[in-house]
Amino acid sequence: MATQHSRAAARFMIAPSVVLLLAWMLIPLGMTIWFSLLRYNLLMPGDNPFVGFENYSYFLTDPAFQTAIVNTLLLVGGILLITVCGGIGLAVLLDQPMWGTGIVRIMVISPFFVMPTVSALVWKNMFMNPVNGLFAYVAGVLGLPAFDFLTAAPLASIIGIVSWQWLPFATLILLTAMQSLDSEQLEAAEIDGASAWSRFYYIKLPHLARAITVVVLIQTIFLLSIFAEIYVTTAGGPGNASINLTYLVFQESLQRYDVGTASAGGVVAIILANIVAIFLMRMIGKNLDA
Amino acid sequence: MGRITLDKVQKKFGETEVIPPLDLTIEDGEFVVFVGPSGCGKSTLLRLIAGLEDVSGGEIRIDGTNATDLPPAKRRLAMVFQSYALYPHMTVRKNIAFPLKMAGMDEAEKTRRVERAASVLNLADYLDRRPGQLSGGQRQRVAIGRAIVREPAAFLFDEPLSNLDAALRVGMRLEISELHKRLETTMIYVTHDQVEAMTMADKIVVLRAGHIEQVGSPLDLYRTPRNRFVAEFIGSPKMNIVDGEEASRHDAHAIGIRPEHIDVGEGPWEGTVGVSEHLGSDTFFHVHDTGLADVVTVRAPGENSHRAGDRISLSPQMDKLHRFDWEGLRIA
Ligand SMILES: Nc1ncnc2c1ncn2[C@@H]1O[C@H](COP(=O)(O)OP(=O)(O)OP(=O)(O)O)[C@@H](O)[C@H]1O
Ligand SMILES: [Mg+2]
Repeated sequence: MATQHSRAAARFMIAPSVVLLLAWMLIPLGMTIWFSLLRYNLLMPGDNPFVGFENYSYFLTDPAFQTAIVNTLLLVGGILLITVCGGIGLAVLLDQPMWGTGIVRIMVISPFFVMPTVSALVWKNMFMNPVNGLFAYVAGVLGLPAFDFLTAAPLASIIGIVSWQWLPFATLILLTAMQSLDSEQLEAAEIDGASAWSRFYYIKLPHLARAITVVVLIQTIFLLSIFAEIYVTTAGGPGNASINLTYLVFQESLQRYDVGTASAGGVVAIILANIVAIFLMRMIGKNLDA
Repeated sequence: MGRITLDKVQKKFGETEVIPPLDLTIEDGEFVVFVGPSGCGKSTLLRLIAGLEDVSGGEIRIDGTNATDLPPAKRRLAMVFQSYALYPHMTVRKNIAFPLKMAGMDEAEKTRRVERAASVLNLADYLDRRPGQLSGGQRQRVAIGRAIVREPAAFLFDEPLSNLDAALRVGMRLEISELHKRLETTMIYVTHDQVEAMTMADKIVVLRAGHIEQVGSPLDLYRTPRNRFVAEFIGSPKMNIVDGEEASRHDAHAIGIRPEHIDVGEGPWEGTVGVSEHLGSDTFFHVHDTGLADVVTVRAPGENSHRAGDRISLSPQMDKLHRFDWEGLRIA
């Protein structure tokens, strides 16, 4: 139905929002790229000469960079593994008819409502603290030495904290998907002689494939840029043991005041995110096709 | 072998009794149809037999062994659902092979059985498609294929044709009947369509509110319905029921006469033609103002020239009259 004229009119009408969105995206991106090519340190005021890829070579050869990349991938991978597996398990459990499902569901979802900084602080001070923490107390009761989580296993502790935050999200999405499974399919499988495990493996799990994909994609986007949890628990330490890429960029810009190198780090982070996205879409994107 | 006996089987959902204690025997190789109005408990009864619901009382025996507490998989029954309940992410081949895979059958035998079922059901060309890429009739056949590969003691069908269009329904009805002839396996078939019941069944079980109203062959039920409910439920169009003075003249509380047993032409009854439905082979007249009932339906063979508003005379075939007492039971 669309005539030449109405199509032109439509383009004209949406033009302002397209322009606005492009500006919104392109101006910060352009500025980041531009700054990344300058020597631009707030501690050394003066003119900011163009230095080409110098900032990049600084950033990429910094020994902290490798740690940051590995940590970023470990954080994303570890948290995804825990939340997806845990989410599937909880979704299966919560899908069972049982007494008090309503309350249990709300309790399961509630960690998601707690702000990241707050939950990280609660974990740090009330659970993982080697003197006052609950875990230390339990260890004491059992006669074991207290374990200093954030010093001895900083990355694993952060993975634990962030997994606790994201588990509700995964559970919620997977539970809704689970509830949309036609009960006659399960009954048919039951008559066909499938055990509880087979029904899970052959019927429920494939049904969840699309929801799992959504969970993985959305979480990856957010998990690549974890910051608050690291900032309030370990501040990247001990040493550089728990920095990720976001945190390294933060250190460059706001602790060393080196805007140039921080911008270069930002661009590297964008590239890394795109690489991860391409891999993800290759691996699981086909699940999203109807 | 597939002889199924229900002994005082009862089902309650909470306080409400959906199936009051009920006895029924289904012989080996029989094609039994459960019919009844919506909500009368047909599906529930079938699910009790399948083991998808637990009985609240009574006993279910399959081939003499007590199956009341057996899980569905152990009852050697196969079920075809109204929604087909195919596994959407598996190919047709995998769908059909699923029960065999669950039984741990070896690959060669599995392939042989799937191929044979596919050729019987004309599915050979679709084995590598997914259910989403099939038409309704083909999906129905896949569901049947999944049932037959297991070589079960009995098949259970829950309104398997109700999602198909009229033409396909007639075709599938025939195919299922032919399958029954060939396999000679017990089949229990639930429907609310009395045409399906009449055409397919060896034995019809008419249910109302969980009660068995009558069990018998299609022609038994047609000729000698035990009560008014069965009389009105079996036969299309519905039997005419007349009460009052005309019934008293036949020493009954109510009399029933089927539309096909009323002739147009000189007779004791008279009325005005209302709507007439021309099927080509037959014409159904809805006759008003007869003084007998609101509407009397009459079936006249062939095409007929009576128009709305015409007065016509009707002559019931007296030997085909059904008489009922005040409880609605048949008077012999
Ligand atoms: N899970 C359940 N809980 C409570 N009541 C139920 C349940 N399942 C069925 N019923 C009730 O049992 C009665 C019989 O239901 P059933 O599904 O067997 O009817 P049906 O004869 O198959 O009807 P239809 O022809 O519409 O499929 C209905 O009144 C229904 O409301
Ligand atoms: Mg039903």
